[in-house]
Amino acid sequence: MSAALLILLPLVTAIAIAFAPVRLARWIGLAGSIALLAVAAVVAIAFGHWTDGQFGLVASVSAIPEIGMSLSVGADSVSLLLVLLNALLMPLCVAGSFTAISEREREYYGWLLALAGAVNGVFLARDLVLFYVCFEFTLVPMYFLIAIYGGANRDWAAVKFFLYTFTGSLITLVGLVFVAYQYSLVNQGWTFDIPALTDFAANSLTLKQQALVLLALMAGFAVKVPLFPVHTWLPLAHTEAPTAGSVLLAGVLLKLGTYGLYRFAIPMVPDAVVEYAPFIAVLAIVGVVYAALVCWVQEDVKKLIAYSSVSHLGFCVLGLFALNPLGAQGSVLYMINHGLSTGALFLCVGMIYERYHTRDMNELGGLARRMPVWAFFMGFFTMSSVGLPGLNGFVSEFLCLIGAFTATPDAATGYPGVLGPWYGLIAGTGMIAAAMYLLMMVGRVVFGPLREPRGHDSHGHQAGALPPDLSVREIAILVPLAVFCIVLGVLPRPFLTAIEPAVEKTLAAYPMIVEEQVAIHDQAGQPGQPEQPAFAVSLTTPTAPSPVRTLESAVP
Amino acid sequence: MTDVVAKLQTLVPEVTLLVGAVLAALLGLSRRKQVRDAVPWVTIATLLAAMVAVPFFNQLDGTTAAGLLMPMLGGTFKLGILAVAVLLCLLTVGLVDRRLEQAFATGRAPFDAMRTIRGEFYAFFLLSITGLSLVCSARDLVWLFLALELTSLPTYIMVALSRGSRRAQEAAVKYFFLGAMASAVFLYGFALLYGATGTLVLTDMRGTFALQASTGGVSNLAVIGMILTVLGLCFKIAAAPMHFYAADVYEGAAAPVTAFLAFVPKAAGMLALMLLLGTMGWSGHSMIVDSIGFRQPIEGLPQPVVTVLWMIATLTMTLGNVGALLQRSVKRMLAYSSIAHSGYMLIGIIAGPTTGLAAVLFYLFAYGIMNTAAFAVLAGLERRGEEIESLDDLAGLRQRHPGMSVVMALAAGSLMGLPPLLGFWGKLYLFIAGVQAGHVPLVVIAAVNSAIAAWYYLRLVGLPILSRPSPQSETIGNGLSVWPRVAGVLGAVGVIVLPLLLRPMFDTAALAVSGYAKADSPTAPAGTLAAKALASESLASEALASEQESAD
Repeated sequence: MSAALLILLPLVTAIAIAFAPVRLARWIGLAGSIALLAVAAVVAIAFGHWTDGQFGLVASVSAIPEIGMSLSVGADSVSLLLVLLNALLMPLCVAGSFTAISEREREYYGWLLALAGAVNGVFLARDLVLFYVCFEFTLVPMYFLIAIYGGANRDWAAVKFFLYTFTGSLITLVGLVFVAYQYSLVNQGWTFDIPALTDFAANSLTLKQQALVLLALMAGFAVKVPLFPVHTWLPLAHTEAPTAGSVLLAGVLLKLGTYGLYRFAIPMVPDAVVEYAPFIAVLAIVGVVYAALVCWVQEDVKKLIAYSSVSHLGFCVLGLFALNPLGAQGSVLYMINHGLSTGALFLCVGMIYERYHTRDMNELGGLARRMPVWAFFMGFFTMSSVGLPGLNGFVSEFLCLIGAFTATPDAATGYPGVLGPWYGLIAGTGMIAAAMYLLMMVGRVVFGPLREPRGHDSHGHQAGALPPDLSVREIAILVPLAVFCIVLGVLPRPFLTAIEPAVEKTLAAYPMIVEEQVAIHDQAGQPGQPEQPAFAVSLTTPTAPSPVRTLESAVP
Repeated sequence: MTDVVAKLQTLVPEVTLLVGAVLAALLGLSRRKQVRDAVPWVTIATLLAAMVAVPFFNQLDGTTAAGLLMPMLGGTFKLGILAVAVLLCLLTVGLVDRRLEQAFATGRAPFDAMRTIRGEFYAFFLLSITGLSLVCSARDLVWLFLALELTSLPTYIMVALSRGSRRAQEAAVKYFFLGAMASAVFLYGFALLYGATGTLVLTDMRGTFALQASTGGVSNLAVIGMILTVLGLCFKIAAAPMHFYAADVYEGAAAPVTAFLAFVPKAAGMLALMLLLGTMGWSGHSMIVDSIGFRQPIEGLPQPVVTVLWMIATLTMTLGNVGALLQRSVKRMLAYSSIAHSGYMLIGIIAGPTTGLAAVLFYLFAYGIMNTAAFAVLAGLERRGEEIESLDDLAGLRQRHPGMSVVMALAAGSLMGLPPLLGFWGKLYLFIAGVQAGHVPLVVIAAVNSAIAAWYYLRLVGLPILSRPSPQSETIGNGLSVWPRVAGVLGAVGVIVLPLLLRPMFDTAALAVSGYAKADSPTAPAGTLAAKALASESLASEALASEQESAD
């Protein structure tokens, strides 16, 4: 019930905002998002499965029994942590938009809250159709947020964002329906229950079928993450989106992709994942390094942070496909850390943009002299994003890399993998590059001689409501994020212990599968041995669809 | 004698519609303006009365159900048809005779019964719906042909009557000639089917085909006949390769009539396809390897027919969506989108009973609602008496017509298949049916096509809500009558609210085609689908075993 509340509360608030007087919109939005945070906090405190990796908060209403569709929700520790992240970012985004958004306010806050509800729906769904509906619906609020409130190139950015994600997820839908259909062949009835389908797919699909399903899943989730060749929508969308849009895009929407990989790809098609993990890891690493290099030459601060997201999410995917608990823990933790620090960086850049109406590094410099408080936060969150030990980024990045390092076939951890030191090593260069480009950006914008765009008076801001340095409201927005950055950096243990049982449960089948596959490959590699075809089993199982109706018209 | 009475009783809804048509034609000639203005409402009342009559007069028993391939089709799907027809009729309020009525009202012209056409228009409207309704309960090829023609012929005239402009005349002539050609094609197909089976009754044809299939396959004559029939019906559903007329005709007709064209003939064509392919059954995609090593269809749809349907579906989707991408006129865009939607529905037709056909019925209903809502925006707004047409007209609609901009956005979102709107569920249902029937590649093609479609539907969502008003859109005002806009709002509400009724709607759609298997295969095991699958699997393995034996 409480899980349903987490989804419905923001949606109801969104509808209330749509019909409220304009001047109340922001306050209803703030109240609704704070209420969401409160509910999420209470749910998290009362949650009984932090340590055993089981699903709690389970509730289910049968919707269409003929095709096994139900409205069922539930959460394990991973889902709940991501819900908490979403609930934490939401009030900050609402409060952070008070001065930036001055027209069409009702729509703005309505879409923000609707987005929160849809995102919670994705994290909490236990039914495939519900998951997909929420996953797809997140596009609509973000499309409008970018297309109405975005920068100069907002139309194209919104359309590109929408089309990329929509296309990918349609193919994902076909893949998921295919799994449900295979289930129906064996179990004499349809279901869209995610655990049931996951178990079924992991145990019953042939390697080739799994490979196709993995391909379909990657089509949707890789675009959302985004992985290297399909990442081009992201810099544009991030740059053009309003500040709160960028924060939510980086903070939670990208996590829908990694969460999808964690919740579907990893447990549902383990054989194919083991087979293709190196390919996906290579894509992730290419993304890490390539995006880091691109960051280096950016002149637009926001674009730089956007590309850094591509780079950082590469670590996240790498950790997942290390297929050992260390990497997966690091990956899940990275989802949260990236949401905190990159979200905060976007907020900081938004605050500058509100004052100077530019994000060009050639026009901005030495702002520490003008805005010491802002400079502190900017430096702080940059350090957190770089992965300075003691702050949050370090722990998760380190775990992801360790995961990849130790994911060798003969790993001592009990979780053999198909990656290895080389993967970790090359990805590690991305970490170094991140330090360089982020510090360079801070060096240019925050320190050095003061440079301000033309047209600004000696107070450093245009005539308006904003003080030269941060206002109390803005500080209040950044402080909670900073606190969590420190907490997660100094005390990651409780979070890791909460994540560990859940990821171990997800990865339970892997050691055996990896060993088998490694054995097969070793065998195939030895001279004199017959080559084992990778796809020994054909796509059509004996229970192929068509014979179903052969009897119907058999009788004259 | 009682048989005839019993059979006639099942036609009470159609008879109601006919009486309404006569009434509308007569009232349209009245000298009093109030009476003439009441004609659309008489039409709507007739539709509602027919809707009420449907559940009462479709209590099928043994005699009335005999000869019906899908006995439950009439009792259920007619409700959906009539519901959409009510919306369509609301769109037309204030359309017909507009200039003439103004002339009468201002006294510039004396009333002239010879010149007024309102009565005829609504009579033809009801006649066309009657035809569609009769397609549902067709028993034989003659009935089916007459019902299809009854659906189509009035539409040709409606196109011509809909606007005073020459473009409407041109569209009507084009539509008529191509329609006549298409009718000839499928009539020729009917003739060949008759030649191959020696019967016109659908259920008898099904028996004959089953017999032929079990003794060496369906005859080539029947295969050619079926392919010709399918191609002819492609005209009705605006599918490739018979889709070329759609854009021109849809553009030429007035928006309310275009909405009518996009739903009524398409529904008739889809239902006819279901009934005709039903005579061969759907099981034939499965192949067994015969003793020589050739793959032979066991029975049901012969492979050539399936291949043709595959090609038509793929082409229709792709040409429709790519064509729509290139359009600047909203009506042409929606025309191409209508072509694309036929392609999606053909997946369900290929997939067959029960899920596939149920999905087609559900999709038809959903398409009727959302497409009518989209056209309602075009019908409800105007610029100095002229219809709005181009995309520029829609730009920034939100400034002056916020309600209509939301209606357009919702309709386009639903046509795009955006969850949780109505269109998404239709598409999901079709995808499930397609995958279930083993046509995964076709479903992937449909998914890719939906993604292409999102590109132009996004314009319809984005332009009214996001863009600045263009010089053209500044001058757009409300139409003369409020009712098209009401229909648009009703449609938009339906697009949001109807998904809450998914379960009853899915159940009804499944019920509509459920009688298909029961009616004709009394000896088939009445177990679950999976039980049948197992049984047929064992059959297939037996066949394989015997093949091995013979090889030994």
